[in-house]
Amino acid sequence: MMTDTSASKKLFEQNWKRISFWGSICALSQVFICLVGLPSELNRRILIESTLSLGYLFILWIPLVFGYIVSKMVELEGVENPKPGAADLLSGALTGLFGSLGLVLLMLGIDNLDMRDPLINWNPKLFRLLTFENSIGFGSLVWIAVGVGLGTVGASLHQMSSQIRKMVAYATFGLFSFAVLEDVIDDLSEGFRLEWLSDMIYAKKGGMTVTSMIVLAVVLALLPLITRGKFKKTVDRYRSDATPENQRRNSVVLFSIIAVLVIVLPWFLGGIINELLANVGLFLLLALGLNIVVGLAGLLDLGYVAFFAVGGYTTAVFTSPNSPWFSPETHFGISLLVVVVMATLAGLLIGAPVIRMRGDYLAIVTLGFGEIIRLLFLSDWLKPYLGGSQGITNIPAIDLGPWEVRGADPRSVFYMVLAFCVLAIYVSWRLQGSRLGRAWMAIREDESVAEVMGINTVNSKLMAFVVGAVLASFSGAVLAAKVGSVFPKSFEILVSIIILVVVIVGGMGSITGVMVGSLVLIGILGGPRQPGLLQEFQNFKLLIYGALLVFMMLKRPEGLVPTARRTRELHQEEYLQDAWLGDDENEEREEVGEQL
Amino acid sequence: MSEIVKKRFKSRVSGVDRFLTFIRVLMATLIVLGVVAFISQQIWPNNPFAEWRNPDARGLTGDQFKGLVVSGLSQGAMYGLIALGYSMVYGVLGFINFAHGEVFMVGTMSGWITSEKLNDAGLWESNFILSLFLIIFVAITTSTVTAIITERIAYRPLRSSPRLIPLITSIGVSFFIQNAVLGLFGPASKGYPRLPEWLSKQRSIFTVEIAGTKILVMVVAGLSMAGLWYLVERTQTGRAMRAVAEDKEIASLMGINVNRTIVITFGVGGAMAGVGGILWGLLFRSVTHMTGFLPGIKAFTAAVVGGIGNMGGAMAGGVFLGSAESIAPMVILEPLGVPGVSQLKDAVAFTVLVLVLLFKPSGLFGERLSQEDRA
Repeated sequence: MMTDTSASKKLFEQNWKRISFWGSICALSQVFICLVGLPSELNRRILIESTLSLGYLFILWIPLVFGYIVSKMVELEGVENPKPGAADLLSGALTGLFGSLGLVLLMLGIDNLDMRDPLINWNPKLFRLLTFENSIGFGSLVWIAVGVGLGTVGASLHQMSSQIRKMVAYATFGLFSFAVLEDVIDDLSEGFRLEWLSDMIYAKKGGMTVTSMIVLAVVLALLPLITRGKFKKTVDRYRSDATPENQRRNSVVLFSIIAVLVIVLPWFLGGIINELLANVGLFLLLALGLNIVVGLAGLLDLGYVAFFAVGGYTTAVFTSPNSPWFSPETHFGISLLVVVVMATLAGLLIGAPVIRMRGDYLAIVTLGFGEIIRLLFLSDWLKPYLGGSQGITNIPAIDLGPWEVRGADPRSVFYMVLAFCVLAIYVSWRLQGSRLGRAWMAIREDESVAEVMGINTVNSKLMAFVVGAVLASFSGAVLAAKVGSVFPKSFEILVSIIILVVVIVGGMGSITGVMVGSLVLIGILGGPRQPGLLQEFQNFKLLIYGALLVFMMLKRPEGLVPTARRTRELHQEEYLQDAWLGDDENEEREEVGEQL
Repeated sequence: MSEIVKKRFKSRVSGVDRFLTFIRVLMATLIVLGVVAFISQQIWPNNPFAEWRNPDARGLTGDQFKGLVVSGLSQGAMYGLIALGYSMVYGVLGFINFAHGEVFMVGTMSGWITSEKLNDAGLWESNFILSLFLIIFVAITTSTVTAIITERIAYRPLRSSPRLIPLITSIGVSFFIQNAVLGLFGPASKGYPRLPEWLSKQRSIFTVEIAGTKILVMVVAGLSMAGLWYLVERTQTGRAMRAVAEDKEIASLMGINVNRTIVITFGVGGAMAGVGGILWGLLFRSVTHMTGFLPGIKAFTAAVVGGIGNMGGAMAGGVFLGSAESIAPMVILEPLGVPGVSQLKDAVAFTVLVLVLLFKPSGLFGERLSQEDRA
């Protein structure tokens, strides 16, 4: 690199182009995030006492990520790759600088121009936030220093040894989770009478204290040093213990630990967290149903909320004394039977017309059905039967002999939802390996081939619709009993989309993936109307869900917890190429896959 | 044994088929009944058939009916303009660009900002024609740029993946753009400035009372359609687009820059959506971040109705859908005794989609797709 001047010059020119390109994107995204209002709105949530709020974090991660991207070298086979060195650090720093310059321009703009008319966040609040309630000069200096610093750190991630990188990652993500999970940890420690613990970690006004942050960071960073692959070894040993008896025993142990935790923990949790868990459960139930339709059978159903609505409305009509037309006021158990019948019928009715359509038409038509059903519930036509926009209120609590499940007692709702979720998980798990499940997967991979192999595609697809519909209607029934009322407004198209995001982020076709997806997304960001742990996100949830959907499809279409089969399907071309290139290439790919 | 399998297989398949036939017959009967009841109401208001389901219905006067047709046509022209984008992208890439409705919304939004600024500067009142050209120009630019950027970021990397993957991505893009606009400009509904009197006043053409705005909408839509037809059928670029739609590989072998052509397709679709957005703004004079959602889905319906990939079809499908959604509630549902029919406008549009796919999945004018997409 140093000997050949023309080559190094060329490299420099290329680098310069790269830096200005990524730098301007970095600046644009920072300005965009500021103007969308994320920082000003999220500034309420303090992560680290008097140092860092969620709002600032949302600006700060950008130079870090772009510094990382810009100094990433494309490794080409057969070409001598330049060694990573100080030049990369410099490019990372410059990218961060570009981003900060964008912010400086924004500050100057807010100070001198009035663009408040179309842009609602072009206001003094944002200005104060950006200048740290100080002068523009001070703000600019701080942002430039921070941008350059973070850009350099991002770039240097490539050059650290994997051990250090691991430590940094543990510390960062650990701290972030501690800060986000503040409510849960607070609640748990209260339940276990360990208030001193949460008092030690968190400040009174919210956020971690600076000392606890430093201590935790050090502990978390040392964690990988102490464990040093022991965890991985255990997992490997668990995997290699392939005798069926051992594996069976291990899964039983694992399962009972999780079961005990899930059953016992709610007693130590307060109302808010239990409510949150109940919501997560409701959406998990929905997501498990959609997982069968989208994940296993590959039918992109965008009107899934229709079945949710059918469950809710059927329960409301059969149990509520306020149902305007037909109100038998039956017990929840009996209405549940009716719900199953109605959901099956709805599944068949919606499924039958769309079953022969090609995949993308199916998506739009089901979306249309979802809207039709909502509009019908809302219309004056069905108002004498279903209450129109006022919906049906006064749905009684579920009476289970000694216990009563009602919305005011989230713990009971959680156990109710848990029971349904366990059922749904069991059903999906058994279906996956069954004849029907294998038929679904075959249809997903190639419908014509599946048909030629003797699978009755029409019936299998209809079955997928029906099973998904029944699971969703259970969720709707429990929601109706929990909230005590149903309105057409609760069944908007958003619900379908959010569940789709949950399934896709978790991993299509993977039960564990769906569980992880709903816990992370619904638990932290929240459902369509239900707040999550970060309640401040309420207005930006959909923005983030949308971005997440695009990101996942581009970078990891198989989801966070993928199934092996789906991964193979989605990366078929790469696998074929690898097979063509030979075995050693294949091994390399696997290593890369592990690192990811 | 194989005989038995065959028998069972056959009978099961026909179960669904029988059900579909039943739905087809049912829907056709309902439509015919509604129309007949409507006609009999018109001819002789007190006959027993007309009063059978809906004794209160008095039918429509001639002027009311003409009004419905006119508003249906002008709205349909807009659906047609948006539908062109769906149809072109589907023809070339074979996937539904769900975010196209948002491209339309962005056009309307940018038109609102510009018209607001022009109104403040006084140009809107003093020289309306110039400001109209200005806002159309701004809207076209914004929509085109949005469409091209989404193509570059979200769709290009996915060109070889299974068909549903870009569809899911476009749903994500759609929600992202919607909520980004919500964050930038706030949730309030934004009103376009008042139109000059000479444009918005009622005029009478061939005994039809029609607002000047609606004439403007139809004229602009017709002009854009003619321009597009010229571009696609008579220019080199258009030929490249048609070739890429037919077969990407062969087209690239013939020396066509496939990437560039796809970008142009997205751009042209976006420009049409931008024009549609301005027309929407002039006609309804209000815009929110959700403006693009329903028109987007309806425009897709229009594209399917006309036969996807078929541009004349998209325009005709838009006009058909617009009139159906404006007329059908009063003509078919009202005589059947459904109360509150105007609320069911959107439901009618979706029902049209389902019906077309049930009766003639390739659309009224036939689809134009490449071999692989037809599967």
